[in-house]
Amino acid sequence: MSLSEPPSEALADVVIVDYGLGNLRSATRGLERAGAAVTITDDPDDFAAADGIVLPGVGAFREGMENAGPYREALADAVARGQPVFGICLGMQMLLTSSEEADHAGEGDVVGLDFIPGRNVRFAEGQKIPHMGWNELSVERPHPLVTGVEGSDRGGSVDGEHAYFVHSYYAVPDDDEAVVATSDHGRTFPAVIANDDGTVFGTQFHPEKSGETGLTILRNFVDICSPP
Amino acid sequence: MAVTKRIIPCIDVDLDEDGNPAVYTGVNFEDLKHTGDPVEMARQYNEAGADEFVFLDITASAEGRETMLHVVEQVADEVFIPLTVGGGIRTREDIKETLRAGADKVSINTAAIENPDLVDAGAAAFGSQCIVISVDARRRYDEQGEHYEQVDGESCWFECTIKGGREGTGVDVVEWAREVESRGAGELFVNSIDADGTKEGYDIPLTRAVCDSVSTPVIASSGCGGPEDTREVFADADADAALAASIFHFDEYTIREVKEYLDDRGIPVRL
Repeated sequence: MSLSEPPSEALADVVIVDYGLGNLRSATRGLERAGAAVTITDDPDDFAAADGIVLPGVGAFREGMENAGPYREALADAVARGQPVFGICLGMQMLLTSSEEADHAGEGDVVGLDFIPGRNVRFAEGQKIPHMGWNELSVERPHPLVTGVEGSDRGGSVDGEHAYFVHSYYAVPDDDEAVVATSDHGRTFPAVIANDDGTVFGTQFHPEKSGETGLTILRNFVDICSPP
Repeated sequence: MAVTKRIIPCIDVDLDEDGNPAVYTGVNFEDLKHTGDPVEMARQYNEAGADEFVFLDITASAEGRETMLHVVEQVADEVFIPLTVGGGIRTREDIKETLRAGADKVSINTAAIENPDLVDAGAAAFGSQCIVISVDARRRYDEQGEHYEQVDGESCWFECTIKGGREGTGVDVVEWAREVESRGAGELFVNSIDADGTKEGYDIPLTRAVCDSVSTPVIASSGCGGPEDTREVFADADADAALAASIFHFDEYTIREVKEYLDDRGIPVRL
């Protein structure tokens, strides 16, 4: 099932996993702008041939994981092959092992994809929840996804580049090294995470809604996916 | 380092005499003036540093809805910042259609008051982050409210109105804000019938009363006459976002001018 014809000179073939409802149009158009040919698919058999896989996401962790259930095995195979897997927002949270969000509903644990060990926890009371709006990125270590994104080390309160966030939970990877960039909402939290070999990564913010900064990150993703 | 205050231009979409989308700006919810093409306007505002857009279908008609979805598709295809769409959204199906066209959030007003379960249903199906509840508040000075503020030495409460401020509901805005938050609303969009079109500043007591009562983000709307009004609503009422229409539509100020003014005064903004 394809929503758009590949551009004539696409740099990479990317699939967006369609496991739910919501706005996939912006992610599709953003990736196309970044040079990808995009296929929106609900068929795990489409993953192997792609240069990269995007897990989009809005909504709740439990529903997200339930909807993503049929893709669990195919995604694990993709990771084992070293295919780039990019989780956005809830899609990033699903890369971890578990979420407090599922516990809060009193329905027991829901297991995440566990590509990046760790859990997702809720922002403390007293903060505005959801954390919604543009916040500053602080790049903590190099990763190809954040190449060219200015961190916040230039001084001043809002000198770093900004990205658009909407979430009530944040990731806590077991290994601090998984944190590529952070932001701050009453506490420092991971804005970009990646696994050890750098092929599985995610952004808590929505790059497809983060203006030029977001398009830079989408272009970086397409570069990561581009066949040599 | 913290989440920045947002400046959001509002684009009221109507149909012109040929049935094409057109932007109108009004004074006190009436007396609308034609000011341009919505897609072109969105492009310009994006260039000028808008943090989000709000599109309102002010026709509340089937033709208006269809036109609005087409406008949203065009804007979403080329402008990569969040879009909120309101006006005439009454059902779960309307929400789904609007999100699929490329909106990130829907703003619901009358339909939520008439059927509060729509808030729960929308949040459960699509996530709280996309359910914005819009209220058109007006001041009342009688004793039928639940939550009172002192304004210029007088005690008033804020009533939710519907149909563009023409009809009262008896519902207290502060109580309603708490209720929709508990039902899963992810953001509140607070309009003031009293301040709308006056350009004399946002309704600070109203905005502050809502911000003090909920933890969800609040977009203040109505009454913006210039940069100082946005500073006031951020500093004195703790709003998360300030919405304005006519000051941008008529080029009285650019979005960048407003944000630079705020930055100079220590209000964090994305420049």
